[in-house]
Amino acid sequence: MKATCWMGKGSVEVRNVPDPKILNQRDAIVRITSTAICGSDLHLYNGFIPTMKKGDVLGHEFMGEVVEVGHGVKNLKVGDRVVVPFTIACGNCWHCQHDYWSLCENSNPNAALAETMMGHAASGAFGYSHLTGGFAGGQAEFARVPFADVGPLKIENGLSDEQVLFLSDILPTGYMGAEMCDIKPGDTVAVWGCGPVGLFAIKSAYLLGAERVIAIDRFEYRLTMAREKCGADTVNYEEVDSVTETLIEMTARRGPDSCIDAVGMEAHGHGLEYMYDRTKQALMLESDRPLALRQAILACRNGGTVSVIGVYGGLVDKVPLGTIMNRSLTIRSGQCHVHRYMRPLLDRIEKGEIDPTMVITHRMPLGDAAKGYDIFLNKEDNCEKVVLSA
Amino acid sequence: MLHVKKGVTVNRPREDVYQFWRDLENLPRFMQHLEMVEAADGGRSHWVAKAPGGKTVEWDAEIIEERPNELIAWRSLAGSDVRNEGAVRFTQAPGDRGTEVHVELLYDAPAGRAGATIAKLFGEEPSRQIRDDLRRFKQVMETGEIVRSEGNLEGAGQGVLKQRAAQAPEAEARP
Repeated sequence: MKATCWMGKGSVEVRNVPDPKILNQRDAIVRITSTAICGSDLHLYNGFIPTMKKGDVLGHEFMGEVVEVGHGVKNLKVGDRVVVPFTIACGNCWHCQHDYWSLCENSNPNAALAETMMGHAASGAFGYSHLTGGFAGGQAEFARVPFADVGPLKIENGLSDEQVLFLSDILPTGYMGAEMCDIKPGDTVAVWGCGPVGLFAIKSAYLLGAERVIAIDRFEYRLTMAREKCGADTVNYEEVDSVTETLIEMTARRGPDSCIDAVGMEAHGHGLEYMYDRTKQALMLESDRPLALRQAILACRNGGTVSVIGVYGGLVDKVPLGTIMNRSLTIRSGQCHVHRYMRPLLDRIEKGEIDPTMVITHRMPLGDAAKGYDIFLNKEDNCEKVVLSA
Repeated sequence: MLHVKKGVTVNRPREDVYQFWRDLENLPRFMQHLEMVEAADGGRSHWVAKAPGGKTVEWDAEIIEERPNELIAWRSLAGSDVRNEGAVRFTQAPGDRGTEVHVELLYDAPAGRAGATIAKLFGEEPSRQIRDDLRRFKQVMETGEIVRSEGNLEGAGQGVLKQRAAQAPEAEARP
């Protein structure tokens, strides 16, 4: 089959690789119809996530048709149309049974390696390094889906691929980012990053009752999407001296009640602080550049919540812990517990409360995946989201 | 004598976890270095472990203490290549967290070639090997089998594990 393979830092190729096989009794094989490139794939592309190996199949947002099931899968049959959550979860362990699906205790065969780096391991995930299990990804013609009796969501209502594909990751991720803010009437929520996850976080914050959402980015086309498609007020951080001071002023010195970091480890900025983090990251003295996170912490109202859904990989520098402590901030975070949100968000799509297709700017065949990565990375042609059809 | 202590929490009732372990012939399903365990009468058993170069190491053991749903303790019989003894304790985890399994293992190998083979068998980090075995035990108990990925066909852990039909009996298969 054809699959998008990581060939080293800054290099992906669509190559011919062996078809996936059933390896466990609860597996299914899915023939992929639609898949997408995620902002977090760019962290892999740029070489910031350790334990990638040349030839690894990328992709964790995908859907398609079941073509084979293992003996342990009773709820799916060949021909079913499914969206697959990017986190792999067994449904049997304590964390799965308490709705913490991205913390599944059994789905990461490389848990020992992850424990060494992080203390405890998180769940397995598709196409996202060997630290999350070394599972082949879904930017391909076929994928093997472990625990297929637990994860995949059947789509039986005639909605198009583009309407439901993002239930695999970015829609639930943005939604969880807003949900973790515990939004109350009258709340102002600030969202760093107007990529697809940021846009879904803005939309979700309004759905959950926010009075006002302020979005921060540097690309005018993305800020325009945040304003026009999601109803946010916007700040272009390249046009202000201090994002923190701007947000505090915009809220008459209260600060946003909650702040969502939808940027993560490769944040951009300007001035000395940005140079400092670029340099430390280049010298491998810190793994992540936490510019958005620092601003979110500083801007947040006393007693407010900082919700981190942007991906971080390891260690960061100069996080103002004193601010967090002295101002009673709550930090909430996590890889999305996708299984928790797929069904309720499918309901919201069906009711027309949210239209996930709003983020799509580019459609291309799987064979053009390398071009898709390039356009998305360089924000060419006002690129917001690339969908690949297999 | 080398001394290793490791534990794991399994989200299953204590009776089930104990029963699965008490059937010693189940152990090779999740213990990477074991080829086979054969249970005999009187709490005795015959163990065959894989060694480098396609060789095997064998010994006999007996259960020296057994308290249903609580404890299994064993030791090797005189004349074994690998003098070893150990105990597995099963306790109720707090709240709804299932069962805590605590393994304690003491082993000793003779000097010379057999000793060197056995040292390789347990690897340079025996505690890590036991930890990985317990992780696989948890997978079998909770999900029905050892989870595999394209990047790790051997299942949990970094060693070279010959993949077996690591499936719990049909009645116990989850979910």
